[in-house]
Amino acid sequence: MVMQVLTKEKILEILHEIKDPEIPAVSIVEMGMVRDVEINGNSVNVIITPTYSGCPAIKVIELDIAMSLKTSGISNFNIRQKLSPPWTTDWMSDETKEKLRKFGIAPPGKTEEMSALDFLEERSPEVRCPYCGSEDTELKSEFSSTACKSMYMCHACSQPFEHFKCH
Amino acid sequence: MSNNGNPERQALFSYVLRHADDRLILGHRLSEWCGHGPILEEDIATTNIALDILGQAVALLEYASELDPNNRSADELAYTRNDLQFTNLLLCEQPNGDFAGTILRQFFFDAYSYYLFDELKNSADEKLAAIAARSHKEVIYHLRHSSKWVLRLGDGTEESHGRIASALDELLRFTGQMFEMDKTDEILLNKGIAVNLNHLKGKWRETVDRILNEATLGVPDYGIHMPSGSRMGRHSEYLGYILSQMQFLNRAYPGAEW
Repeated sequence: MVMQVLTKEKILEILHEIKDPEIPAVSIVEMGMVRDVEINGNSVNVIITPTYSGCPAIKVIELDIAMSLKTSGISNFNIRQKLSPPWTTDWMSDETKEKLRKFGIAPPGKTEEMSALDFLEERSPEVRCPYCGSEDTELKSEFSSTACKSMYMCHACSQPFEHFKCH
Repeated sequence: MSNNGNPERQALFSYVLRHADDRLILGHRLSEWCGHGPILEEDIATTNIALDILGQAVALLEYASELDPNNRSADELAYTRNDLQFTNLLLCEQPNGDFAGTILRQFFFDAYSYYLFDELKNSADEKLAAIAARSHKEVIYHLRHSSKWVLRLGDGTEESHGRIASALDELLRFTGQMFEMDKTDEILLNKGIAVNLNHLKGKWRETVDRILNEATLGVPDYGIHMPSGSRMGRHSEYLGYILSQMQFLNRAYPGAEW
């Protein structure tokens, strides 16, 4: 039974406890995946935007949301996916990016609008090693353990690390 | 929910389904590399790209399911249609070949996808535009990856150059289909929903020519014979083998869930 009046803040508080299944250092709210929460009387609509098309975590995330809401006594809810506007790493706050860095993942910088052939140019974004802070790093692969990350090597401390791509 | 008497809705269903089929079949092909990549990074990259492309296929299939005059679910569209009902490009069903063949096939398709989604972002159909906007961001990574490999293999050793040059001989003829326009395209183009493929062809060639030239592979001869008709369900023998593997489980145990 719902013991108290539902508010958007209360729901967000619950959702804030749900970690990203692939990156447990941050919550799905911090990742920017939770776009909105609507309250209609005693029913709740949670609107989420998936990260990448190929993100295998989305079903787990939906299940986690359902479980958390049920555990909190909320049974009348609906989880809806919203594709537009597409998810971007710009929806992460500076605090979230710092959490990623502490977790050993070089956080994304600010996204830049890319024009048609820019992607072919050799670009060297300054990706600092999350361990020693050096800029003497090298891209090893555009793809890593998940679609949202790339693989780097730090030449200063010889530590391989992941970089959360600007997206 | 019947499409009878609504040619626009019928055309939209066909349009969404053909672009879904391209990705479902190519994604399946790419996933065959899982555990077989030439190096660990490429194994991971190829399967990451396969996942993205399959994810795009799922989004498109779910939309096609909403528009389907026969009310089939996304899974039913993927697992219960026969080869002649698939409308994917011949390029997408070609065997992986060696790594150079897979890379070149991917490069041709990524460049196509890149410009297709770039234009579909502005489609008058909101749902298609939303799927395109998200997918386009992903394809940037795919195209960058495949372009770099074309350059590296073409302008690499004698062995790597020879392999990608053979792949070019083999695969170029399947690229003409990408830009064939039929009734479906025309109906939707008039409504501001579809992309003008003649327009797309120019952009695609510019990118392909530039990369192939830099890769010391010369300028391709687009005047060669190019097979036609995949959007009408004409396929090579390869598709049947893909489907027999992809659809086996659902054919043997209809509706199986786990």
